Amino acid sequence: MLTARPSAPTKLPSRAGLGLKPEHYAAILDDVPDIGFFEVHAENYMGSGGPPHRYLDAIARRYPLSLHGVGLSIGSARDLDTEHLKRLRSLVDRYRPHSFSEHLAWSTHDACFLNDLLPLPYTPETLARVTDHVDQTQQALGTRMLLENPSTYVLFAESTIGEVDFLDTVARRTGCGLLLDVNNVMVSAVNHRLDPFDYIDRFPVEHVGEIHLGGYDEAIDGAGERLLIDAHASAVRPDVFALYEHTLRRIGPVPTLVEWDNAVPDFVTLAAEAWRVDAALDAVRHAVADRAA
Amino acid sequence: MSAFAATQADFAQALTNPAQPVPIGLTTTDGRNDPLRFAVYRNNVFVGLTQALAKRFPVTRRLVGEEFFAGMARVYADAEKPASPLLFRYGDTFPDFIATFPPAASLPYLADLARLETALTRAYHAADVAPLGLDVLSAIAPDTLPRTVLLPHPSAAQLVSAWPVGTIWAAHQGEIVGTVASRAAETVIVARPVMDVGVHVVPANHAGFSAAVFEGATLGDAAARALDSDAAFDFGAALVGLVSLGAFSAVRLNGEEA
Amino acid sequence: MNRQTLALALAGSLSAALSAAAFAAPLSPEQMSGKEKCYGVALAGQNDCAAGPGTTCAGTSTMDYQGNAWKAVPAGTCTTMNIDGHMGSLEPM
Repeated sequence: MLTARPSAPTKLPSRAGLGLKPEHYAAILDDVPDIGFFEVHAENYMGSGGPPHRYLDAIARRYPLSLHGVGLSIGSARDLDTEHLKRLRSLVDRYRPHSFSEHLAWSTHDACFLNDLLPLPYTPETLARVTDHVDQTQQALGTRMLLENPSTYVLFAESTIGEVDFLDTVARRTGCGLLLDVNNVMVSAVNHRLDPFDYIDRFPVEHVGEIHLGGYDEAIDGAGERLLIDAHASAVRPDVFALYEHTLRRIGPVPTLVEWDNAVPDFVTLAAEAWRVDAALDAVRHAVADRAA
Repeated sequence: MSAFAATQADFAQALTNPAQPVPIGLTTTDGRNDPLRFAVYRNNVFVGLTQALAKRFPVTRRLVGEEFFAGMARVYADAEKPASPLLFRYGDTFPDFIATFPPAASLPYLADLARLETALTRAYHAADVAPLGLDVLSAIAPDTLPRTVLLPHPSAAQLVSAWPVGTIWAAHQGEIVGTVASRAAETVIVARPVMDVGVHVVPANHAGFSAAVFEGATLGDAAARALDSDAAFDFGAALVGLVSLGAFSAVRLNGEEA
Repeated sequence: MNRQTLALALAGSLSAALSAAAFAAPLSPEQMSGKEKCYGVALAGQNDCAAGPGTTCAGTSTMDYQGNAWKAVPAGTCTTMNIDGHMGSLEPM
């Protein structure tokens, strides 16, 4: 079914964007390539000054900017770090990003930052906690945020709520939007023997403000079964791209980020990934237009 | 403790302690408690942290080799997790750890080299402030000059080492490691006046003066100390040299703004 | 040397050095860079949201790794770097 695009909780254009990497600052400013938007990990711009801010200033003047947090620990049982919220707020005030997003995950415990996006059980208690944290974040930042579905390698026996229902409820209760990471959907679906197309078909379209794509790695688990790793160290895999095209046919064009964080290639290779995504976005736009005609 | 808090505490404990079993309640679709799956999370934590150190300490890593560095970083990461989600700050205490790490004892300069590398990252992310210019120096009245104090630039750090760490660092900036001609002590200044972080070895006959000025001595006191140990000390050359590095942001007079 | 003499001596020395420097304006970035070793893009630890490489293979042997590191010997450029005519070590002789 092809539906009209609902009003999106983001001001990003419905085009392909790329993660901004320091090794590409100069190439981007020299060539000003035709890329829909750039996304940065907020924590890398929390220093006082220096080249990161100078380059980001220059790039944010030329492109729409998405601010993507990786360290707020929204899925923590503990209270949010108000100092970190202040740091995020000052970035939001300084750069006026077109979107702010964070993860349904936790990464801080006992004042230690564990540097990974860790999974949480889905129960009424965790739902209430995450809802409070999203509310608090939106209040502190003065902006609507997007919450991203995680990739996971284990399940919690105590979970009583499905992930899609969990995210949908958080979005409805807080008014936040959702960031649909299609690679994460594939990784979790394969790891937990679920149908990724079913996940996408049940996902609440009306809350989706952005899509993430990335490349997974393959491993095997203790039982010798296929285990996908959310590595972001390669091009988007063909099965994930097919799932993405399926997603677009259901949702319509959505701002789509290609994530490539490890073994970062030269900018030309990254741009080629973006143009592949733009072509898929154009195709679904034409399909919508054909249907309307 | 709530059920959620207890689950998370168990997870965090097992995550950072490989001797612990996989927490009860973690499962697969077919009901297995799979250590290999949990190992993905354990490794994400340690690979991420040791990689952050490898990026922040590239010369330290080259000096000891990848394998030794990975092991040393792993032991450090076991003992010391980041205190904040800002990974570029992780490793501020790594040099102190290296100084007390027995397997690295054969390289007595290694801790200072790592200190130099922490200063580079701090300089990179420091606040942007216009560096003190020579025009300000030339405008200081002769009678106030001895009472003048220089304020270090937010990006600036001075490292007084018993080893030639600036030269060793510089020798590692190309593909081929250069020769280090002397084993003499070096005072090194790191500063980022605008965009580029500079690493400067202070001339040996200016090192004492530089150290005193960085520590907040008045120019008169710093000069008097330098002249005491070297009657030929050239105050003007030393001061102009230091200020030219962009390592200072302002001058003040005995506690007041000049 | 009394205070007055010191002040005059310092002022004279500074003024001579400033004339030698031939300019009395803040240094431009061009003048600053290239004087000494500089580096541009510093890649200190970057936060990201991906799994690190080798996340499945290194994990179960972490304790062994720690033991190995303790026995390991530095084996990088320190073994070949020429310092003051000596290879590698700066240990007191």
